[in-house]
Amino acid sequence: MGDHDVAVLGVGMHPWGKWGRNFVEYGLVAARAALQDAGLEWRDVEFVSGADTIRNGYPGFVAGATFAQALGWQGAPVASSYAACASGATALNAARAQILAGLCDVALVVGADTTPKGFLAPTAGERGDDPDWLRFRLLGATNPTYFGLYARRRMELFGATPADFAKVKVKNAAHGLTNPNARYRKAVTEDEIMASPIVSDPLRLLDICATSDGAAAVVLASLDYARRHSLTNPIRVAAVSTVTPSYPNTVIEMPNFATDSAAVAPAPAATFRDSIAQQAYAEAGLGPDDLDLAEVYDLSTALELDWYENIGLCGPGEAEKLVNDGATTIGGRIPVNPSGGLACFGEAVPAQALAQVCEVTWQLRGEAGERQVQDATAGLTINQGLFGHGSSVILVR
Amino acid sequence: MANKTRVPAVEGWFTLDDEPRLLGNRCRKCGSYFFPKIASECRNPGCDGTELDEVPLSNRGTIWSYTTNHYAPPPPYVAAEPFAPYSVAAVELSQEKLVVLGQVDAAIDPATLHVGMEVELTLGTLYEDDEQEYVVWKWKGVANRG
Repeated sequence: MGDHDVAVLGVGMHPWGKWGRNFVEYGLVAARAALQDAGLEWRDVEFVSGADTIRNGYPGFVAGATFAQALGWQGAPVASSYAACASGATALNAARAQILAGLCDVALVVGADTTPKGFLAPTAGERGDDPDWLRFRLLGATNPTYFGLYARRRMELFGATPADFAKVKVKNAAHGLTNPNARYRKAVTEDEIMASPIVSDPLRLLDICATSDGAAAVVLASLDYARRHSLTNPIRVAAVSTVTPSYPNTVIEMPNFATDSAAVAPAPAATFRDSIAQQAYAEAGLGPDDLDLAEVYDLSTALELDWYENIGLCGPGEAEKLVNDGATTIGGRIPVNPSGGLACFGEAVPAQALAQVCEVTWQLRGEAGERQVQDATAGLTINQGLFGHGSSVILVR
Repeated sequence: MANKTRVPAVEGWFTLDDEPRLLGNRCRKCGSYFFPKIASECRNPGCDGTELDEVPLSNRGTIWSYTTNHYAPPPPYVAAEPFAPYSVAAVELSQEKLVVLGQVDAAIDPATLHVGMEVELTLGTLYEDDEQEYVVWKWKGVANRG
């Protein structure tokens, strides 16, 4: 058991969808569900950590306090974190640090979002010094533009095909079929995917995740606290990786116009995405062979294949074989996205990294129902937030 | 269109001459390149340089990857009407050892793009209003040139 372990006492979600209501409502539902799952009262919470949303006005920027107020002020200290898609992991890490520092025993982490339809767009206004605004303005570089670049590179470097990408979607759709929190619960065929409209060539509409409303919450506690409450073998957080890149970051990433230059300082041995997982493995004292499942950020089908390599499930160029052999399907060697992933959820930015943690927790407890990965004892989540945010959590039992 | 004024869609990011160049900057101490230009202080963590010189970047590079967008992006992109698909390429500059994005010149058939293809910087229309044509850097093919 690691020195830095904390216990996951409870997890909860508000189902993903396009409900069109205020994000606070969703956050409340998820928080209440996580507290109930933990067998705790709201007044037992000693620290509240909110993952921010930037699309819902001021309350979204102070999510920790927003959720604390909605639950009923009870005096607990708060923090609010924004790290784009990695916000949930950053908020989780803030809570974990409070517990490990001995400043509190029980913390509640909540992320919720209400998203507009269509492409995620930069925040409004004329902002000529904001690269996120400028990449839309000067390049028309939407998020799928970057996904398209990565997908095309896999095709040209490794001989990947659109059919390989479609297999990822078929797998994830099958995984999420009976997940009550998933937004899309429908089987899909390779033909349907490859007949859907092209968005950012070679990626088609069904290769790319939607944006969704949703919320997820996690109750963390010190191992001592868990013991005092007769939880002798709780699910534990063994690692949280929120690393930034190392200079020079030589992979083009959202929202950048260019990579760093490797003209003077040589490129680091590990790419940024590789380093996110490496840091998590190092902290947990585990490696890819120890995993029973992984929840990876499938913003696109092709990106899921990139993640297989980034988290060390296989070498570069081998991910297509992994998905085609069924190794990443439930029942295979290392199931990936048993929840159904973003393919079935769509992205609710500040909730998504926490949703990954919820899924791995259910899997490790053996409570995942028809999508259960048998005898799972260790799982990893991974994700990346734009502007240089790593996000990976390793959970064990 | 001929009587419209041609203005850059963004100030100071590229030159407007016949052989346009992207304008980056370079640390006077360690020699690292940056694009777009940074205001102050070299970002190489192993360098404490604070003086940066504006430098034109190589106007040729090779394609790292590319994609073609078939849906109009949201504002602040100013999409043409009717909307026409456009390609974006990530291009490696060998001297600067960096990869830079740019739209692909509409004259290039996206089907001819491939990783490793040599491309050259050009200027093209990003959007227009009644008085002005706003130009931006784009990548064009070099195959038909001497």
